[in-house]
Amino acid sequence: MSVAQTEPVLKETTREIVTAWERTTSSRRLYTVIGIILIAIGFVGSVQYADEANAGHFFERLPHLFDFLQWLIPNDWNDVWRALFDRASPLDNGSEAYDFAAGRVYVWGDFYIPEYFELMITTLNIAILSTIVGFLFAVPLAFMSARNITPSPAIRFGARRICEFLRAFPELVFAGLFAAILSAGPVPAIFAIILHTIGALGKLFYEIIENIDMKPDEGVRSVGGTRLERIRFAALPQVLPNLISYGLLRLEINVRASTIIGAVGGGGIGEELRLAISRGFGAKTLALLLLLFLTIIAVDQLSAWMRKKLVGEHQFLLAH
Amino acid sequence: MTMINTFDRRVIETRYPELLHRTRWQRFGAPLVIIGTLIYVLYAVWFFNLPKLVGEARWDRFAINLLQWVSYDVQPQFRVKDNGSIDIRYPRFSVLGDDPKQPDWIRTEADGSYTVDMAGGVHIGRDATVVKAHGASVTIRTAGTVPAVVGAPPSWVSVGPDNVQVDLGLSGRLSIDANRVKVVKRFFGWPNFLFDPTSPYFGKSTGEVVSLLVSGERLDPSQSNLSLAFDNFWNNLTWQHGDVLTKLFQTVIMAFLGTLLGAVVAFPLAFLAARNITPNGLLNSGLKRFFDFMRAVDMLIWGLFLTRAFGPGPLSGSGAIFLMEIGSLGKLYAEALENIDNKPREGIRSVGASPIAIQRFGVLPQVMPVFAGQTLYQWESNIRGATIIGAIGAGGIGLKIWEAMRTNDNWQNVAYMVVLLLIVVYVFDMISNRLRSAIVGEKML
Repeated sequence: MSVAQTEPVLKETTREIVTAWERTTSSRRLYTVIGIILIAIGFVGSVQYADEANAGHFFERLPHLFDFLQWLIPNDWNDVWRALFDRASPLDNGSEAYDFAAGRVYVWGDFYIPEYFELMITTLNIAILSTIVGFLFAVPLAFMSARNITPSPAIRFGARRICEFLRAFPELVFAGLFAAILSAGPVPAIFAIILHTIGALGKLFYEIIENIDMKPDEGVRSVGGTRLERIRFAALPQVLPNLISYGLLRLEINVRASTIIGAVGGGGIGEELRLAISRGFGAKTLALLLLLFLTIIAVDQLSAWMRKKLVGEHQFLLAH
Repeated sequence: MTMINTFDRRVIETRYPELLHRTRWQRFGAPLVIIGTLIYVLYAVWFFNLPKLVGEARWDRFAINLLQWVSYDVQPQFRVKDNGSIDIRYPRFSVLGDDPKQPDWIRTEADGSYTVDMAGGVHIGRDATVVKAHGASVTIRTAGTVPAVVGAPPSWVSVGPDNVQVDLGLSGRLSIDANRVKVVKRFFGWPNFLFDPTSPYFGKSTGEVVSLLVSGERLDPSQSNLSLAFDNFWNNLTWQHGDVLTKLFQTVIMAFLGTLLGAVVAFPLAFLAARNITPNGLLNSGLKRFFDFMRAVDMLIWGLFLTRAFGPGPLSGSGAIFLMEIGSLGKLYAEALENIDNKPREGIRSVGASPIAIQRFGVLPQVMPVFAGQTLYQWESNIRGATIIGAIGAGGIGLKIWEAMRTNDNWQNVAYMVVLLLIVVYVFDMISNRLRSAIVGEKML
């Protein structure tokens, strides 16, 4: 960039503007620098803190970082496929590491579903069922929270607090609470994820509903529509594509959530994965990782494709 | 609602045919989707065997469980000795402490028998226990080898082969054997929240504690009363305030560290992954698949691996969040970069600025608020995520909550930790909303 060689003489008023501008930019720079320094201090402090509080320390364990991956490499790479499809392994010595064929779930005659596929289906079903049920409860709750649909502040306040509470409450505790009432297994996980989904979707939905165009609503009201008819014919058609695409986004999150809750005792593929990793079953771990990874990618891609169909190239910035 | 008549309908039909003649998908799509969803739900209900499980669920436990969040019980045992006197014992680790003095809800009668303040009153004598509750009075003889109810037992008294159980609802229950009555009396509140029975401050009133703190003799010659009180509070055996607060702090640090590191790594990568900034198709799609990979592997799997590598603790948790956040933030950043307005860049390029200067002055001002907003949002949502991966050993309060729940006994501790966690989540929600609207302006992202 070429800069003018001579400094032009500025008028008195212009100079004032220039100095004021310089003052604001310098104070802004100061804030930026202070912000960066604060973040840096926080960062260094927390790294040290995390390192001290951990069982193994970073630099002490770093040379051994890949040691632990050694168990992951199976003696025979074909064992990964055998583990995935429950074929008997030639290495089978009766130990749990190679008892691939033992997990078969026979459906009809000799036809079986491999154990890991069955677990994956369980985890997916937890996610899909709880997304559907959570969605169905979140929609009325969101309409009750929206200022332009529900005039009563008391109902609005109540509905919003319910959403916030369900969203902030840790899923883990819901799962534990229901595990004490129902038997352990996937059902407490379903209840936990449903409750969290209601809160998370309810909050997103009422923000969408509050931003609708109110002209269709006026139109329905002008021909004497009741509140339900106003929602059905004026509000719902505007928001439904958005609601469904946020529901699909939630499904992606819920697949991960049901895997995690599975790992802490909710059944499904998460529990199997945790056991396989903690016991060091290399081939089993790789098979599970492969299956889980492909499923998550498939669900993400499918949901992205459907969302694009529903709302076009709309961005979902605040995903969670 | 006002409806149109057939004539009007015809007129509208001829004028706007596309309104009334819809494609097959428009007409049947919605019902088909609804029917499909319904069939799926029925299948899932069958798959999980929901009716049976929900039918078998002990919903009565739900109330008891929630009650345990905010209440505790004291369990004195009354035993009739051979010489006819009755002694009271408390189990170990009773909230009243070892060898407590008689609480005021147990009264000693003139003849050596006791009255416990429960329901309408429970009188425990040498030969019989008399329970007054629900407007009735039931006498249970305890003198024989087997306790026996006098008359027909009401619904709240259940008689076993050698034991009688009396359910007194919210106020507790009794378990009566021959010559022995176990009382479980329920109180609301969190007992010994400040000081446990091993503390010298235990059982003292607020006034006494304050006066000890301000101007008392040193209870422990080696330290001041204030530091002793803090020590007793911090190491409270029942509530473990020190441990809980440390673990909570670890959770927040895990989320902070993971998100910040993820942001630092994702920032340059996003510029390389954005189609319009780096016109190299191979690099773009390669990096985007890399982001997808990091996201798909998920916090849980990273957490499990890192816990094996570095041992349990917040370092492993931060690492897991960091690795996943590279994917999430990288994807979000790249999307934001691809949606920028090209004109400022062109303007700056047209005056001959260097490539770095183009990014700094043409791109960064447009995306910085969006980046900051998303990063803050991820930090906040990672606090919630860090709680869960804590339970698999990745550090933080998750494991503590999980352990407390598994004993199925320490629901008060669970409640305490949940309350703390909710406070933290709300506070961070507020802070991040404030910061976001300060950075982005009132218009939300």
